Amino acid sequence: MGQIEWAMWANEQALASGLILIMGGIVATAGQFTKWYFGAYSIGAGVFVCLLEYPRGKRRKGSTMERCGQKYMTKVVKVFGPLSRNYYIRAFLHLGLSVPAGFLLATILGTACLAIASSIYLLAAYHGEQWIPIEPQPKERPQVGGTIKQPPSNPPPRPPAEARKKPSEEEEAAGAVGVSGGPQENPVPVIDEVV
Amino acid sequence: MGNWIENEGLSIFVILVWLGLNVFLFIWFYGVYNNGEEFFYTRKLLGFALPLARAPAACLNFNCMLILLPVCRNLLSFLRGSSACCSTRIRRQLDRNLTFHKLVAWMIALHTAIHTIAHLFNVEWCVNARVNNSDNYSIALSNLGDNPGESYLNFARRRIKNPEGGLYVAVTLLAGITGIVITLCLILIITSSTKTIRRSYFEVFWYTHHLFVIFFIGLAIHGAERIVRGQTAASRLEHNYKVCADNISQWGKIPDCPIPQFSGNPPMTWKWIVGPMFLYLCERLVRFWRSQQKVVITKVVTHPFKTIELQMKKKGFKMEVGQYIFVKCPKVSSLEWHPFTLTSAPEEDFFSIHIRIVGDWTEGLFNACGCDKQEFQDAWKLPKIAVDGPFGTASEDVFSYEVVMLVGAGIGVTPFASILKSVWYKYCNNATNLRLKKIYFYWLCRDTHAFEWFADLLQLLETQMQERNNAGFLSYNIYLTGWDESQANHFAVHHDEEKDVITGLKQKTLYGRPNWDNEFKTIASQHPNTRIGVFLCGPEALAETLSKQCISNSESGPRGVHFIFNKENF
Repeated sequence: MGQIEWAMWANEQALASGLILIMGGIVATAGQFTKWYFGAYSIGAGVFVCLLEYPRGKRRKGSTMERCGQKYMTKVVKVFGPLSRNYYIRAFLHLGLSVPAGFLLATILGTACLAIASSIYLLAAYHGEQWIPIEPQPKERPQVGGTIKQPPSNPPPRPPAEARKKPSEEEEAAGAVGVSGGPQENPVPVIDEVV
Repeated sequence: MGNWIENEGLSIFVILVWLGLNVFLFIWFYGVYNNGEEFFYTRKLLGFALPLARAPAACLNFNCMLILLPVCRNLLSFLRGSSACCSTRIRRQLDRNLTFHKLVAWMIALHTAIHTIAHLFNVEWCVNARVNNSDNYSIALSNLGDNPGESYLNFARRRIKNPEGGLYVAVTLLAGITGIVITLCLILIITSSTKTIRRSYFEVFWYTHHLFVIFFIGLAIHGAERIVRGQTAASRLEHNYKVCADNISQWGKIPDCPIPQFSGNPPMTWKWIVGPMFLYLCERLVRFWRSQQKVVITKVVTHPFKTIELQMKKKGFKMEVGQYIFVKCPKVSSLEWHPFTLTSAPEEDFFSIHIRIVGDWTEGLFNACGCDKQEFQDAWKLPKIAVDGPFGTASEDVFSYEVVMLVGAGIGVTPFASILKSVWYKYCNNATNLRLKKIYFYWLCRDTHAFEWFADLLQLLETQMQERNNAGFLSYNIYLTGWDESQANHFAVHHDEEKDVITGLKQKTLYGRPNWDNEFKTIASQHPNTRIGVFLCGPEALAETLSKQCISNSESGPRGVHFIFNKENF
C-alpha cells in the first residue's frame, strides 16, 4: 500500500463526519433535547469542518478531480498557510472539535466519525503528506502571430527549399509551412498587400 | 426517432419495481406500527417515532438482503450461462450488477439515517419519561416493570437523566451497541468507496469494504434483545385498551384492567439476510477453490509503454470472448485480487492478459515475473498465480449480431483484442456459419506508443482478409486523439504513402476525435433494418456520448435500424 495518500481518504471521512455532525445537531436542537446547545455547537462545528474539508488537496501523483465549485473555498483555506497545510494540526483540530459533540447521543456518531478522520489524518501527516491547493492553470493563450518575427520574405508561390539560400531542416519536413528565419534575398520584389 | 425503450427499458423497469417495493414496505410497516392495537401503549410513550423507526427498519431488511446478491460474480456468471435460451436483453441486465449494488447501498444509507434519527427521539423520550421529565401518562407507563410480575414497556430501566441517560442506554443495550458499531462500519465503507478512492487506492477500498462482515453480524443480532415492545396477545384479551386506556391509575386494582403485559418482537432480520449471506459465503468458497487450481505461466512478453503480457495455462479453463478474470499473485500480495480482461481468443490453447504497470501491485508483478531483468528467465522462477473466473461481460454477445461497432479507448481496447482474434479463428475455420458479417472497429488512443502489440494483430487480420478476398469484413479506424504540431507535420508529408506511417497498416490513422454523428448515420444508411450492436470499453464521457447516439439514431419501429449499446467496466 505504498502509494496510498491517506489524506484523500481522511478528507472523504472528515467531510462525511461534518455532515453527520450537522444532522445530529439539527435533531438535537429541533427536538429540544436536554442540553440541546451541544447540538447547536455540533451544527456549527459540522459546518466549519465541511467548509474546511470541501476543497480537495492536490495529489502528489497524477491529476486530482476537483469537487464542484471548490476553487472559492480553496482561496479561503489557502489563506491560513501552514495551519491548513499541515496535517498534524488538522488531526488535532478535528480531534478537539469532536469532543464536545460526544456529550449527546444525537451527535456522538459525528464524534466517532470525526475522531476516525482525525486518526487517518495523523497517519497522513506521519507519512509526510501535505495539503497543497489546486491552483487553476494559467491558460496559455496562443498569441496570434507570436512566432512570426518577420513577414514572409518571399511571396507565394515560394520556390522549393533547395532554391533558397539557407534551407532549415524544419522547413524541409514541414513543406515550407511556417516562417523563414533570417534575412534572405528576394528573387522577386516584395509588395506589401493589405488584405 | 429515438428508441430509448430498446436500450434502457428493462433497467428502468427493474429499478421501478425495486423502488416500488421499498415504498410499499415503508408504508405497510408504518401502518402496522401506527395503527396496530398491540402498540397502542407504545405509541403513547413514543408517538410518531415508533412507526418512523420501524418502517425504515423493514426497508433495511429488504435492501440488506439485496445488496449481497449483485456481487456474487460466480452466481451471476452461472445465471448468464444458463440463460442462453433467454434473449440478449436479459443478460445485459446482469452487466449492471455494480450499478444496482451502489443504488441499494445508497438506499441503505438513507434508511439508516431515518432509522437512527427516529431512534434518537425514542431514546430521548424514553429516558425523559423514566426520570419523570415527561407527561404523567408516560411516567406511569414507564413505571411498569418495576414490580415483580410486570413486564416493562419502556426499555430504559435505570433512572439516569439525559444526556447521560441516553448515552447509557446506547452502550448497555445490545441494540445500542450494535447500532453504533454497524453504522460506523457503514460510514467507513461508504467513505472509502467513493470514486476517487476506488480508482486511485483500490486496496483501501477493498480492505475497508470487508467491514461488511461486521455489519452483517451486527445486523443479525441487532434486534435480539427485543426492546421494541408491544402488548402480548394474551394480555390484550384481558386488558382492552379501549376500555382501560384512560384510567391508568386503576390498573391492577379493578378486575377489568389488569396490568398489561408486554413483550418484544422477535428479531426478523436474520430471516431476510441468512439466504444471501449463505450464497455469498458459497461465492467466496468457490473463488477460493478456483484460486487453488494450478495456473502455469507459459510466457511473459514485455511491450513498450509499460505493458506486459502474461500467457498462462490452467487445467479445465474455458473462456469466451471479452471475458475477464481476477488474478492474485501471492508473491506480491496474498490477499489482493485484481481484474483483467482476457486478450486471447477461446480457440487458443493458452489464455493471456495484457497488464499496464500503474500501481503497487502491477509493479510488484512486473518485478516478480523478472521483467526488469535483461537475461532470459527460467520457467520455474516465475511466480505462482491464482486465477478466478472467467466472468462474463457484454462482449460475449458480439457474435449474436450481424453488424457490430466496437469502440475501445486506450487500454480499453483489450476485450476487442480477444474478439478480433476469435473472429479470425472462426473465419478461418468456417466463414459461412458466422452470423457476424461486418465489424466497424474504432480505437481511440492518446499516443502512438501503445500501438505496437495491437497493431501486430491488426496487420495479421488485414493480410488474412485480403487473402480471402474479403477486405471489407473488418473496417477499422484508429484515432490519435493527442497529437502535436511536429507529429502533424510528419503525417502531412507522408500522407500519400501506401502504409500508415505510425502503425504500418494500410488503413490510415486519423487525428482528433471521431465525429460520432457522421459515423452512426453512415453505418445506419449502409445497414438498414438491422440490429447493430455497439460495444464500448472506455471512459464514462464516451459512454454517454455513444449511448445518446445509439438512442437518437435508432428507429422507433420494430423494423428499421436499431443500435444497441453495451458497456463494459470494472
